Amino acid sequence: MTTTTLNHDEAHHHDMPTGWRRWLFSTNHKDIGTLYLLFALTMLFLGGASAMLIRLELFQPGIQLLDPDLYNNLVTNHALIMIFGAVMPAAAGLANWMIPMMIGAPDMALPRMNNLSFWILPAAATMLILSFVVPFFPGGGTQINTGWTLYPPLSVQVGMSMDFLIFAIHLLGISSVLASINIIVTLLNMRAPGMTLMTMPMFCWTWLVTAFLLILVVPVLAGGVTMLLFDRHFGTSFFDAAGGGDPVLFQHLFWFFGHPEVYILLLPSIGVLSHVIPAFSRKPLFGYKSMVGAMLTVATIGMVVWAHHQYTIGMSLGAVTYFMIGTILISIPVGLMIFNFIATMWRGAMTFETPMLFAVAIVLMFTFGGLSGVMLAVVPADMQYHDSMFVVAHFHYVLMPGAVFGLFAGVFYWLPKWTGHMYDETLGKIFFWTNVIGFNITFFPQHFLGLAGMPRRIVDYNMMFTEFNVISSIGAIIFGLSHLLLLYIVIKTIRGGKKAESRAWEGAKGLEWELDSPPAFHTWTVAPQIK
Amino acid sequence: MNKTGSGENRNRRTTLLLSGLVVGMFGFGFALVPLYDLFCEVTGTQSLSQRKINPADLQMVKQVESDRLVTVKFDATVNPNLPWDFQATTRSMRVHPGKTYEVNFVARNRSGDAATGQAIPSVAPWQATPYFSKLECFCFNKQTLDGNQQTDMPLRFMVSPDLPADIQSLTLSYSFMRLKASKNKTDLSKLLPQIARQSATENTLPNR
Repeated sequence: MTTTTLNHDEAHHHDMPTGWRRWLFSTNHKDIGTLYLLFALTMLFLGGASAMLIRLELFQPGIQLLDPDLYNNLVTNHALIMIFGAVMPAAAGLANWMIPMMIGAPDMALPRMNNLSFWILPAAATMLILSFVVPFFPGGGTQINTGWTLYPPLSVQVGMSMDFLIFAIHLLGISSVLASINIIVTLLNMRAPGMTLMTMPMFCWTWLVTAFLLILVVPVLAGGVTMLLFDRHFGTSFFDAAGGGDPVLFQHLFWFFGHPEVYILLLPSIGVLSHVIPAFSRKPLFGYKSMVGAMLTVATIGMVVWAHHQYTIGMSLGAVTYFMIGTILISIPVGLMIFNFIATMWRGAMTFETPMLFAVAIVLMFTFGGLSGVMLAVVPADMQYHDSMFVVAHFHYVLMPGAVFGLFAGVFYWLPKWTGHMYDETLGKIFFWTNVIGFNITFFPQHFLGLAGMPRRIVDYNMMFTEFNVISSIGAIIFGLSHLLLLYIVIKTIRGGKKAESRAWEGAKGLEWELDSPPAFHTWTVAPQIK
Repeated sequence: MNKTGSGENRNRRTTLLLSGLVVGMFGFGFALVPLYDLFCEVTGTQSLSQRKINPADLQMVKQVESDRLVTVKFDATVNPNLPWDFQATTRSMRVHPGKTYEVNFVARNRSGDAATGQAIPSVAPWQATPYFSKLECFCFNKQTLDGNQQTDMPLRFMVSPDLPADIQSLTLSYSFMRLKASKNKTDLSKLLPQIARQSATENTLPNR
């Protein structure tokens, strides 16, 4: 195998290409990983800008800046850009950079497909942004006011911007399916001799499961939005009651994708945590096997509980009971992961560099989000909380710590490896504290707003909700601006800084730390032998 | 991976397998369309509002509950594919469970062309659905209106005395949908068996 890979490499990279060719035609996993991460960072700021506008509008009751359609268009746009543009590509970027280095492979198994799966993304992002922008032009039709869930019949009636969005989702789906295939093939076939599935690094395991989830659910979403497209233009009636269709069917198709998507966003960050926490606790990960088992359990149960997003559609008692029990069951394996992390930290020689700070914040805050999730999973309670700001608070508490903080932790943890420079630890800590405090000021009050009855996705609100909304908006400004600091730290680290050793962190373990910082353009051209 | 030289082939095989899985899941998405109906029918987890009621379970009407009053509201909408005006002449009424009432709906064809539609009823809250009995309803049949024709559509109904005590108000909502499609998008024929089934269920409710 080693020999084949060498030949293969020689065929494609006689020498390192320069200029724009290096990036556009890249088949190098490190360059493509960088591209993914830069793309995700760009999208983070775009999605963040729409979030800032939303919070600015909600600063006061009444309609100040945005008309209701534009507000809902922004809500839709914020969700789609953050999920498909920022979090998923960032996780894919980490996978591209780290997986071959961690398993001792010279590159991803399918380098040219890797190039394709990244370069579809800018096209998809353009379509996504166009879907937001098109209604502002004459003849552009109505705005996408459906929210990211795109429920018919409203989504059938929206103007042509919905078609842009549908094709954007198709492209994004193709991109992530290609990336997933690539990752699975790499992990199954390219591991260094001696590295078994049960000894490969945890980050690889989380991505193996994530990639399988993506392959199982993204095509179903693609099918669902294709049906939407057909209903809109080709006279079918999949979801149109007037033609014998059923709008609830779309909800089932959407959430069949949408719920596993939550774990797709979460698991790569769990993988990052499984490296960061042992490194800064200077202890091996507690319960490797149980982590793998818990993750497989989460993924399996997570595939069959999607309708807990739809309790209010009038399912039979038996059906809602099943979905409730299934959903609450998931908290057991997730709790196991959390306890494993705590057990890893237990009596460790802990230090609190920025990645570790984010890791500890995740353990605390993700657990908090998980607890409000259990509240929402309970059918009679959910009837009350459904579509309220409580839901918004809940999913931001799981997605920000669960997904985004994990990615931040990973970026700070591996940035010295990628760039060869240590980032500025003081700035990193300032970023962490402004980010975490800003986040909590933004989203914690939204629990109270939701419990008091403030609905989500509405541009205006009752006077009685003013105070908490003001607090939330102020928090959002702190939270939003803190990301400029992230940008500054990343640029500063790329440009220079203290030289990073090959093992940048004292407690860091794994093959990637045996390579130079920054690693050579091609690494592990001779596979390492694992004892 | 560990077998030297077989790497490229193994990669190709794994890639093909996974691609097959992707195509299969895309197909599964479409297969869910019929499977979803089938699943509900087989397991009986159809939505609560469509749950079939055994007439024997409902108390026979022996007398009118003259000391109980329930508000019934009427709502009428028309699907955009049918150029009709349609409304109830009474917005709401107070009724005694067990007594038969009559209410009138008026439909008018705004266009010059004849069209056929059918009204699809639903009751809110859904828990009240089995206790709302239509004795005579224009929704049992398809209705044809000539161009610019206006017609009265009477409904005779009764609320069963078994209606749970906590329901003091219910809404009967009709949406008129076009039956014969003049354009491709509006074929209701698929829905007809479902409507027939529903009407049949409703007819078995106590009506003595």
